[in-house]
Amino acid sequence: MKRNSWQEYQKEIADDDYYYVRSCIRQNFFPGSEKAFLDILRNDVGKNIIEEPMHTSCTGIGYHSDIVPMETIMTVVARQFALMTEAGFENFTSSCITSFGIYTEMLETWHEFPETEERTREYLYKATGREFNKPKNLAHTSDVMFKHRGAIAAKMKHPLVNVFTGRPLRVVEHIGCHYAKIFPKKGVGGSEFPYVLAGMIESWGGEVVDYPERRHCCGFGFRNYLVQANRGFSVANSHKKLESMKPYKPDFIVTNCPGCSMFLDKWQYTIAEMEGDTYGQDGRGIPVLTYEEMAGLVLGYDPWALGMQMHQVDVEPLLDKMGIAYDPAAKYLGPNGKFIGQPDPAAVNMNCTPTPILRTL
Amino acid sequence: MTKKVIIIGGGPAGMQTAASLLDLGIKPVIIEKSDRIGGKLNDWHQLFPTFTPAHEVLAKLKGSMKDARVITGTAVESIGKDGVSLSDGSTMEADAVVVASGFNLFRAELKEELGYTIYDNVYTTVDIEHMLNDGKVAMKDGRTPQRIAFLHCVGSRDEKVNQRHCSKVCCVTGVKQAMELKAMFPQSEVYNFYMDIRMFGPGYEEMYRRAQEEFNIHFVRGRISEASETIDRRVQIKAEDTLIGRPLKMTVDMLILIVGMTAGESNRRFAETKGVELQPSGFVAPADSFTLNTCSGVPNIFYAGTVTAPKNLGESINEGVAAAQQVARYLNRR
Amino acid sequence: MDFGFSINRPRAVDLDKNDLSVSRKALMEMPEWQACIGCGGCTATCTAGNLTQFNFRKVHTLVRRGDYQGAYEEMNKCMLCGKCRLVCPRGINTRGVVMMIKRLLSEY
Repeated sequence: MKRNSWQEYQKEIADDDYYYVRSCIRQNFFPGSEKAFLDILRNDVGKNIIEEPMHTSCTGIGYHSDIVPMETIMTVVARQFALMTEAGFENFTSSCITSFGIYTEMLETWHEFPETEERTREYLYKATGREFNKPKNLAHTSDVMFKHRGAIAAKMKHPLVNVFTGRPLRVVEHIGCHYAKIFPKKGVGGSEFPYVLAGMIESWGGEVVDYPERRHCCGFGFRNYLVQANRGFSVANSHKKLESMKPYKPDFIVTNCPGCSMFLDKWQYTIAEMEGDTYGQDGRGIPVLTYEEMAGLVLGYDPWALGMQMHQVDVEPLLDKMGIAYDPAAKYLGPNGKFIGQPDPAAVNMNCTPTPILRTL
Repeated sequence: MTKKVIIIGGGPAGMQTAASLLDLGIKPVIIEKSDRIGGKLNDWHQLFPTFTPAHEVLAKLKGSMKDARVITGTAVESIGKDGVSLSDGSTMEADAVVVASGFNLFRAELKEELGYTIYDNVYTTVDIEHMLNDGKVAMKDGRTPQRIAFLHCVGSRDEKVNQRHCSKVCCVTGVKQAMELKAMFPQSEVYNFYMDIRMFGPGYEEMYRRAQEEFNIHFVRGRISEASETIDRRVQIKAEDTLIGRPLKMTVDMLILIVGMTAGESNRRFAETKGVELQPSGFVAPADSFTLNTCSGVPNIFYAGTVTAPKNLGESINEGVAAAQQVARYLNRR
Repeated sequence: MDFGFSINRPRAVDLDKNDLSVSRKALMEMPEWQACIGCGGCTATCTAGNLTQFNFRKVHTLVRRGDYQGAYEEMNKCMLCGKCRLVCPRGINTRGVVMMIKRLLSEY
């Protein structure tokens, strides 16, 4: 991208000693990503990061769906901070974009309305006997990876380069709305031209694609997919983005939000089944990666250990382009070697018309 | 004893102040920070609403103040009641000071979502004036534009960039340039996206109507919220056509941002002097906005032109006359 | 496959895709039409618009944007009483606009 004023929008990101909290949904849809993050931070970058089983959902999905009241979510957030405090940490990092938005929102609310913080401390103490310090540094995990992108680049095994052509891979980056649209100054590069993913892509040899609908929301939007009748609106947003990026022939999409990864991936299946439209090279879909998966591939992690068999759009064409060796027979074997089941073939991966016929075969 | 008057700024207001002081038998000194007088008038091509070449007006102003002393390449750092201190470290004494330091143009790149300096075919009205002066208006790659969009109120009436005021002259500038480009490219489609059209001056409304009826320029009431580049380096824009209540989307060859006036960068510095006050917009506040528009809170400091508010050229020049009168009155009373 | 929902179509007026031919032809025929500033005086005084959903200002603006769907039928609601022409501050022959749109769209 031609813009370099992202440097004016810097946020402080702690360098070491992180207290880590997970996302509710990523472990289902991109199950290897969070483990990969911890492994990369600890083993490849050499940082201290702690994860504890005591932490819970931030309840953001309930909050954004109007079923969890603000006092409740504030107290849940306070409890997470209490766990961090008890563990002796000051830097809080969250794997989920919505959680990151929630933590930021609650801290800002406490800052603007100190009486809400007082009340929250009281609720938390009454309910659990716990007390908390506010984090000294709050970052999304993509911020943390952005911070260490140079260290990862130094250990790179498979740069984001097409081994057949020698050209940089063309990458669409997509930032979750709750990363920088709520509090633009809390995102690397602000909200219009965020640099958090673009920085990783460029450091690791790829080329960022700027297409007209780059800033458009993926359509996830909580209530817009929770209610079936609203899903036509949700999918229309992804559809708009996919149509807009099509002429640029992107090799893959990378996102930093659980919802965006999930919907940009899975809606490709839906669109193919509904309308017969497929995207990507040879009409076999555009793979959608999390930034941990992208980093994992770059560092030479096994794609199946990264959980990439769980994607709706097959990642094999991308692995081939990056020159990554993989065992096709191992794709649907779990870590213990047991068969984990295999999805039916789908139009999205086959450049063909919708699949009802295939299903009956 | 001859009285010494310093005029800060050699733009139209400062030039007219000098000319009027000369008429009154007072020899002023103009201190101009750039290397030539004329201010931003040097950059303009034709003036609304008459399409008078800017250089003609500039030549008249220059002719009427040619006996004034002009110091260029020197900025005024601060103003005191006995004179001013200059960027070269020296001080200059004066019996009266006229602040005619003008305005700054809004930096369109601050509206990041519009892509100025990022995308090839996003321009400002100032770029267009330069192109018109150079005699060649074209897309970045030299092609002739088929579809042109103007966006009004860039850096005006927008609290997101801390510019709540109306810059007043941008509406008519945008319409003027739309007409110039349409005349240059009769086959092209020209759109103006606006929040309100404020045609405050004589002949402006009539010009706007000619733009609609005779020049076939389309006016869409709605603000462009976002511009992005397409694969062929054109610009996709999104707005609402508020008069039909639906979003509107289109791709244009050139997007031209009609940039507003922001308070002069030196205003803050000058306001360190007691009696020189700033308005919330950053423009300096006249002593009274009805009867003392060219006076400050200090008896021997005066204002002329856009240092106090966005104004058109005629108004700025008139303030030069008015400020000179106030200066003469002050000097005679002493 | 039936998912119980379909992909919503964009609501935006798309000036890249709309066919502006009728709009262009009409503007050539009657340049004064473009002098409309959207004040809504016509709609405020409109006899039909006070009793039905008819909104002359909105419908003719849609036609200018190349969005002709339903415009002919809408214009049929006009009773040609001419009050709009009396109030138009820009002196547009609004009745003429109604008739022109109907004629051009009936050929479209």
